[in-house]
Amino acid sequence: MLMEVMKDIETRKAGGGLPLLSAEGVTLQYKTKEHLITATYRVSFNVLQSDRFVIVGPSGCGKSTLLKAIGGHIRPIEGVIRLDGKLITRPGPDRMMVFQEFDQLLPWKTVKENVTFALTSSGRYKGRAAAERAMDYIAKVNLTKFADSYPHTLSGGMKQRVAIARGMALGPAILLMDEPFAALDALTRQKMQEELLQLWQDTRFTMLFVTHSIAEAVHVGNRILVLSPHPGQVRAELTSRGRSDPEGSARLQKQIESLLFADERPRGQGHD
Amino acid sequence: MTDAVSAYRADVVYEVQTEGFGVVAKPLTLWQRLYGSGFLRKAVVVVILATTWQFYAWRLGNPLIVPTFLETVGAYVDQLLGGPLLARALSSLQVLLMGYAVGVVLAAALTSLAIATTPGRDLLELLTAILTPLPAIALLPLALIWFGLGTGSYVFVLVHSVLWPVALNTYAGFRAVSPTLRMVGHTVGLGGLGFIAKILIPAAFPHILTGMKLGWAFAWRTLVAAELVFGVSSSGSAGLGWYIYENKNMLEIANVFAGLFMVTVIGLLIEGIIFRKIEQLTVRRWGMQT
Repeated sequence: MLMEVMKDIETRKAGGGLPLLSAEGVTLQYKTKEHLITATYRVSFNVLQSDRFVIVGPSGCGKSTLLKAIGGHIRPIEGVIRLDGKLITRPGPDRMMVFQEFDQLLPWKTVKENVTFALTSSGRYKGRAAAERAMDYIAKVNLTKFADSYPHTLSGGMKQRVAIARGMALGPAILLMDEPFAALDALTRQKMQEELLQLWQDTRFTMLFVTHSIAEAVHVGNRILVLSPHPGQVRAELTSRGRSDPEGSARLQKQIESLLFADERPRGQGHD
Repeated sequence: MTDAVSAYRADVVYEVQTEGFGVVAKPLTLWQRLYGSGFLRKAVVVVILATTWQFYAWRLGNPLIVPTFLETVGAYVDQLLGGPLLARALSSLQVLLMGYAVGVVLAAALTSLAIATTPGRDLLELLTAILTPLPAIALLPLALIWFGLGTGSYVFVLVHSVLWPVALNTYAGFRAVSPTLRMVGHTVGLGGLGFIAKILIPAAFPHILTGMKLGWAFAWRTLVAAELVFGVSSSGSAGLGWYIYENKNMLEIANVFAGLFMVTVIGLLIEGIIFRKIEQLTVRRWGMQT
């Protein structure tokens, strides 16, 4: 017990007690052709080292926009986002992103080249070291056999695995995942969730995972940020124990559902 | 009648057969395979057309108007091996390549400017809108005043016919690159020219290739027409268009046909061999075009 406390204090000292990623009062807006839309309103949260931090909310809660702001593709109107205490101003390989869309892989490069390309373009690895590291991470997602295939010959699940391998290979401070499994069929999605958790077990990378599926949030995350829609505001921040506690997970799912749908009238009265 | 609520139906689970389905894959007959070959079908059409031509010209019996098919082929082979046809074709191609190369380089510069800056974009959009409908051949009289009778004038009109379709298609291709790919490029640290070279150009390659093919077709037609109208260049090397014109004047109608034939053959070779090869090695291989 004492040992653990000592260890805890030590890690806090090492990290300066700071969270890895912090968002403080972040308001985000973007323009469409006709409107200026407020995507999130004064959202604050902290992500710690090795967190599996999940942002969950219905469509229109600005969760993807929030992720893009963390990626450095959008600037907040109000509030700040810091990574390791430093203000985020532009995109960078320390915040590698995995997208929902399958077209995030460069179709003119093979699986291996896609990963190597990210490593060399970022300037973090060169030549042979980059190629070897790429193959290591391709092996981690079980795609060694397909290293020389072009993306269009792969299934959706395999493409997402390549994107995850590419993201992890760069060794980002935090891996940003924007509904990475949303376009997959249910069976593949389940399998991918297990694989992702296994990868996390092995390397304990920090990830920020965005989803609209409450079940996925509870299953994948250890800490869940619940956003309400139009515009996105923090409704709750909860801890999940995931698969180690099935009953707790079920309760947590119900809790998040009631948080999100509390303001709505109960739908289809008398039918359930 | 029983319905879904009142009826009782037991659950059933079946074993699935693994063999003994009878025919699974049956080879096609020889006729089916021959008919399935597009090349063979088209070859038959060509033979029918050539026979019709031969028969018509033979019945007409006037080689000054229409020589027979065999006479034309004979003239073609003759002129190609012993006559000036090959030299004329090469001379045309040389001028064409110069104009094409300059046009493509200018298109690249203009499009890069257009995606980098807003005034560049306005410039490109305006110029393409104004100049695309202008036939290159219509500029030739002006070009002759500016650059004199010679290669310079031809290159000028060729650049005009290549530049706009290539620039327009490339620009459209750049704009169609998905936001996801752009974000990937920015995230891994690419910017400026690196971003254009490593993300935008390959991602827009199907569009770019379409522009290049269009530019090539425009340029080839423009060149042959220009040579036909304005003839021999001052450097002494005359092209295919001039060859056709000359032979018409000398009433060597079979040679005129041979010249036209050469224009078509070169067009087909570039389109069907060079561009197709590029497509196979790039966009088809990458699954960006089927």
